[in-house]
Amino acid sequence: MNALHRLFCLLALAPAMAVAAAGTPPDSIFRVDPPMTDARMQHFALEDRRGHPQIVSMFYTSCAFTCPMLIDAIKGVRAELDPGERARLSITLVTLDPARDTPAKLARTAHERDLDPPAWTLAAPAARDVRLLAGLLGIRYRALADGDFNHTTALILLDAEGRIVARTERVGGRPDPAFVAAVRRALQ
Amino acid sequence: MRAALLLACLAPLAALAAEPGYVRVPAGQFATVLAYEDAPGPRRIDAFEMMARPVSNADFQAFVRSHPQWRRDRVSPLLAGHGYLEHWATRDKPASGAQAGQPVTHVSWFAASAYCSAQGARLPRWIEWEYAAAADERRRDARRDPAWRERILAWYAEPATRPLPASGAGAPNAYGLRDLHGVVWEWTDDHASLLVSADNRDQGDPDKARFCGAGALSVADREQYAVLMRVALLSSLEAADSTSLLGFRCVKDVR
Repeated sequence: MNALHRLFCLLALAPAMAVAAAGTPPDSIFRVDPPMTDARMQHFALEDRRGHPQIVSMFYTSCAFTCPMLIDAIKGVRAELDPGERARLSITLVTLDPARDTPAKLARTAHERDLDPPAWTLAAPAARDVRLLAGLLGIRYRALADGDFNHTTALILLDAEGRIVARTERVGGRPDPAFVAAVRRALQ
Repeated sequence: MRAALLLACLAPLAALAAEPGYVRVPAGQFATVLAYEDAPGPRRIDAFEMMARPVSNADFQAFVRSHPQWRRDRVSPLLAGHGYLEHWATRDKPASGAQAGQPVTHVSWFAASAYCSAQGARLPRWIEWEYAAAADERRRDARRDPAWRERILAWYAEPATRPLPASGAGAPNAYGLRDLHGVVWEWTDDHASLLVSADNRDQGDPDKARFCGAGALSVADREQYAVLMRVALLSSLEAADSTSLLGFRCVKDVR
């Protein structure tokens, strides 16, 4: 097998593997980074936010209880920041339910909840990559018989190079002060 | 085009090691020992094909050589944590000929998934694994037989220090599948969805704040300790974890 053929096979067989830029830290999610589609039907990858910290979480739009709380929790963290800090922080919400959360559905949720670009991105991975992303982010989920999902509700903070630097599962009440402090540190 | 490409890419692997053959597991009705509130009672399991034995170190070596991003010196720590393939002599070679034939262990869920994906296969869902592993040598569902349950449990009482047997050395079950019990634990695709607390006493009080939706899970059949131990182990692991007794096998959908 010549080198070119090998490279070609590598790419063909590992669609989820991103070719990260040189110098990307070994523990950066950018090295894996499955391709997604955002609410505007544009290609999206976590690495698109390179250079700025981002809060990442997984959710699904038909979730009635915890996911609205999750969005409120992220808004709560943003509200703790000053405007300059807020402008440098991106939010990426990745759906667990790419079969039903089409770009149009994601766009509707973004509109209804005022999750406007450029700060907010709602995106859907390929069905085969949902478990991969959830594994990377330490999010556990199970598809229920009625179409709902039982899932961990967590906010994960990636630094500018895509490393996980903080995480909180506190989504009710006041924002987790340790998490807010970590966001501030990452933004400095 | 894509299928031809895959074949062309996989052909060099076949020269290095014979991939374990697949055995057809027919569709059937099956009641898991786990009690899902959202889906009570027996459910239909679609037919699938399962590797007749666990993936061996030699099998995995062939994969690592053709996919060097999965070598222990190259893999991202996000995809394979401490201990990944640490039992091998070098980054792409098992420690001995004997080890080459043993089921591969020290592999993360990400690595196991990537291996299966490269074979055009996937990891089994828990329900598929449990369905296939309910069989003994003669019956497709031997779970009601106390003697069979004792036999499986006996493995868990053995010290883990004894060397692993060669993959596929065990007797085939009613489907022709070997070593589902008694050799290694096996990853499932949905290990992170089992959501069973390692302590069964917690199950009456699921932490509603941490999990969205209902679907609390408990145990329907407390006599199936051996299966429950697997669920407890699998649900306690993160996807980058690996252990000295955790391997895997792949399945393919039947078209």
